[in-house]
Amino acid sequence: MSETEINHSDGNGATVADASSGGNAIEVRDLRKSFSHQQVLDGITLDFPAGRITTIVGPSGSGKTVLLKHLNLLLRPDSGTIVIDGVEATKISGRALDAVREKFGMLFQAGALFDSMPIFDNVAFPLVEKTRLTTPEIAERVHETLRAVGLEGMENKFPSQMSGGMQKRAALARALVRHPKILMLDEPTTGLDPTRTGAIHDLIRRTQENFQLTVVMVSHDVPAVFEVSDRVAFLHNGRTHLNGTVAEVMAADDEVFKRFLAGKASGEDEAAVAG
Amino acid sequence: MSIVEMIERLGALVIDGVAQLGAFVLFLLSAVFYVFVPPFKPRLWIRQTRIIGADSLFLIVLIGAFTGMVLGLQGYNTLRRFGSSGALGTVVALVLVRELGPVLAALMIAARAGSAMAAELGSMQSTEQIDALTVMAINPVQYLVSPRVLAGVISFPLLTSIFDVVGIYGGYAVGVGLMGAPAGPYFNGIAAAMDSHDIMTGIWKALVFGVVVMWVCCYKGYHAERMATGVSRATTEAVVLSSVLILAFDYFLTSILL
Repeated sequence: MSETEINHSDGNGATVADASSGGNAIEVRDLRKSFSHQQVLDGITLDFPAGRITTIVGPSGSGKTVLLKHLNLLLRPDSGTIVIDGVEATKISGRALDAVREKFGMLFQAGALFDSMPIFDNVAFPLVEKTRLTTPEIAERVHETLRAVGLEGMENKFPSQMSGGMQKRAALARALVRHPKILMLDEPTTGLDPTRTGAIHDLIRRTQENFQLTVVMVSHDVPAVFEVSDRVAFLHNGRTHLNGTVAEVMAADDEVFKRFLAGKASGEDEAAVAG
Repeated sequence: MSIVEMIERLGALVIDGVAQLGAFVLFLLSAVFYVFVPPFKPRLWIRQTRIIGADSLFLIVLIGAFTGMVLGLQGYNTLRRFGSSGALGTVVALVLVRELGPVLAALMIAARAGSAMAAELGSMQSTEQIDALTVMAINPVQYLVSPRVLAGVISFPLLTSIFDVVGIYGGYAVGVGLMGAPAGPYFNGIAAAMDSHDIMTGIWKALVFGVVVMWVCCYKGYHAERMATGVSRATTEAVVLSSVLILAFDYFLTSILL
């Protein structure tokens, strides 16, 4: 299956830097990763333009989550490079690695809120642990961030006392509280009903505009997620199958992507299910 | 299965075992290393010392009292046959301080605090809370494991000492108060027969057991599989392995410290 770069391509699956968007926040080149002889990422080359929302979509097992875990540096690739904000991040460790990590905030699929802490402490946690802000400054920043995600007044609630949508918003507040340059979202609307999904999408768009963030999002929620995205990367079999603006990808005459959008299994998947 | 395949499988098992053992040892070395590396978080190890130590106090007092009472009862009936019931205090104290105190206290703490610790870390692993720490540029071993190991080193000798003292009084209550052993020789015998080596034997054992229990329980929880049974399996393995290692280390430490 050949890769298709729909627009702004350098011919190798990568997006040519767009002057208006301030270049690429993240550049991935020929990323490969296998687990127990199973090739999960098979040469991903992808750019994430600064100040844009790029959504990674694809069927289960296509490598979306593994790619995100490489972007947030939880996993190391077998080969290939990831440049984050100008720093080659795959070979660094220690303080250099921490410095890169401090540039991004991450919203995990299940929120990953610390269930032993109330929401205030959860959101304050990165500030308490990684900054020298005073207690009043931290409190002000936490209240300001909670207000931005619509959770004002919920400071003393524990995660278990909140709905799934509120937990996602609290987790988003924690990801944003240090004013990161890059925001990574892993399935931000999983488990939410359509109303709350729309609300979270609106919040992501509003937050991106307010903070001028680069957003990298993994989502199963197609086509709803396209409304909030600037660009889409469609992964298939561990490779970047399509990559471009939402309009370009939606207009692409690609059978695999059409089947994915229609919720139909590919020939390979059908064979696998059939055994 | 051919001989070559059997050898290959055996080799793979050995390599896997050595790798796991290496990871297990490196985990402890890493936890100990980060105890001495800033940023220091005293509130974290104070909190863990409360969870392991103060919250286990009632259990330790309860088990210590009953252990001493059983020793008083059995010790009196046995010593009386030899006309040595005056040595009851010495027997109860030496058995508790050198052997039963550190071992039983460690087994109790492993069952109570160790299992809770493995479950908590396992739950944090399965809900990506440990990944969240990593992504926030916070070292999860330094934040989660090192304070627990340090708290174990502090709590175990203290709890063991309390276990010993309560046990000695439990033995006194039953042996002297209930069975009629002579009261005077009970504590006088302890003072005369027990020296600092006996006490230090118990303290060294408690220190080692503290590290072993925290090490095993944190390792099992930290590396829990992200599946429905992952946390329960980690908790069970943590308690079973801790208990086995406590008894195994007890034998070797006794051999060295005797």
